[in-house]
Amino acid sequence: MIDVSPVTFTLLAGIAIGCALMVVFKKNPVSSAFSLVLLFAAFAGIYALLGAHLLAALQILVYAGAIMVLFIFVIMLLNADEPSFDMGRSHPVLRAIVGLFCLTLLGFFVWAFKKSEVSLVMPGLFSTTAVDAAGGNSKVISQLMFSKYELPFELTSILLLAGIVGAVAIAKRNLTSPKEGVK
Amino acid sequence: MNEAVTTGFDTFDLVAMGLKIALIVVMLLQVVPIMVWVERRGSALLQNRLGPNRIGPFGLLQSLVDAIKMMFKEDRVTGHVNPFYFRLAPLVSLIPAFMTFAAIPFASHITLGDKTVEFQIADLNVGLLYILSITSLSVYGVIMGSWASNNKYAIFGGLRSAAQMISYELSMGLSIIGLVMIVGSLKLGDIAAAQGAALFHIGPLAIPKWGIFLQPIGFLIFITCTYAETNRLPFDLPEGESEIVAGYHLEYYSMMFGAFMMAEYINMTVASALTATLYFGGWQLFPGLDLVLASAANHGLQGLAFEWTRVALEAACFTLKTAFFMWLFVWVRWTIPRFRYDQLMNLGWKVLLPLSLANIFVTGYLIYLKVL
Repeated sequence: MIDVSPVTFTLLAGIAIGCALMVVFKKNPVSSAFSLVLLFAAFAGIYALLGAHLLAALQILVYAGAIMVLFIFVIMLLNADEPSFDMGRSHPVLRAIVGLFCLTLLGFFVWAFKKSEVSLVMPGLFSTTAVDAAGGNSKVISQLMFSKYELPFELTSILLLAGIVGAVAIAKRNLTSPKEGVK
Repeated sequence: MNEAVTTGFDTFDLVAMGLKIALIVVMLLQVVPIMVWVERRGSALLQNRLGPNRIGPFGLLQSLVDAIKMMFKEDRVTGHVNPFYFRLAPLVSLIPAFMTFAAIPFASHITLGDKTVEFQIADLNVGLLYILSITSLSVYGVIMGSWASNNKYAIFGGLRSAAQMISYELSMGLSIIGLVMIVGSLKLGDIAAAQGAALFHIGPLAIPKWGIFLQPIGFLIFITCTYAETNRLPFDLPEGESEIVAGYHLEYYSMMFGAFMMAEYINMTVASALTATLYFGGWQLFPGLDLVLASAANHGLQGLAFEWTRVALEAACFTLKTAFFMWLFVWVRWTIPRFRYDQLMNLGWKVLLPLSLANIFVTGYLIYLKVL
């Protein structure tokens, strides 16, 4: 038996951390956006490794495939140049404080995870074996969505609808002198 | 480590998996030169010309010579581009093209000893979503190439591509939902297997329950969207030679351009294979071939030889179906002229999207009435 998971996980986690750093440190906005796409792909790989195949597919389909395309679309349309993202160097004391704060936060997370002894297997209803027996992730999620969590699901869709209506309203207001055939 | 995150393989599985992956990759690589030749000869046929006919029989070796030319061209990067992303972009468009085929079954399974080998690299339980999500990534090659080229026509191509992909992805995803509702699974293996049942009989001949008979509207929407997703005529606006020179690959040459072209042809192959799998039964035999197979079994074709013959016939049927849709790509390209961009957007948002939503409701109602 060849065990592949720890190696794959380390690789994906390394890519994810590297990309996350690139998103922050790259001065070119388009480079940052491309790094973010790779970060989403690495996350999807980790989700798939945990047996959450639906989440992995949706992560790529929605975040990397749709939302980030629009992000990059906007960045390219605005043609944001590098200097506008170059904020210059801040005060050394401020930098030291922020760095210390981040390190403390990281240390706290590591300590909390070490202490809590989180089990890698979800207990009960959402354990891998239970999900497989019920017919896969997508089936379980859709059944829960239309039974136990129907109200939150419908409320979310109403929220999205409100967002769409708002976007259309804003777009229409800025439309000056609409011409025939030009959209 | 526990059950949830430990994946174990033994040697037999590893070898079988390696052979399947090698087969798929080699086939996809081989499809490109053949398809380029078919496209050139096909366009010549439709325009009453000869097409490439000097090198090899029927000009078959023309693609080989072209490939050699591309590989040995000087690989120069001009000064105004972003060199890192400029070189990365062809790869980014090529890799998703190869990845998508992993979830498509090209034959059913065979039992060797106590092992069952599926003729599919991975039968994911989200197979269909996997293919949709990886195809949605293929737009990044185009965007990255167009942005790194630092050329206004290339940028136009990239912007057009991004808007077009997002618009048609939606209708594409929704058009498949009707079929998923009928089959009740996102696994492509299940979808192909479910199409083997008989819809009705004509004498001894069984007309199978192919997706096209159950979802004709869904099929039309799906195939229209695949043309937009693969940037093929009549929706090749990102290239649009007559308006924006060559669009996103304007600054590319040598094998970097070749990689973009390969990605386009491999995407066509995957789209054709997916159309065949979803709506034409995938590896299911053509009507009548099952009778031939049964009579061969009666005449002494038994055991492992019979199983391998069945698998070979299934793979051949799958290949023929895929080949038909690839020819359809060529046929449409040289028949229908390019759309204008506003026509493209109107078709996507005002025709295909409402139609695919209506298709879902009608399918749901028919399932409720227990017709489907």
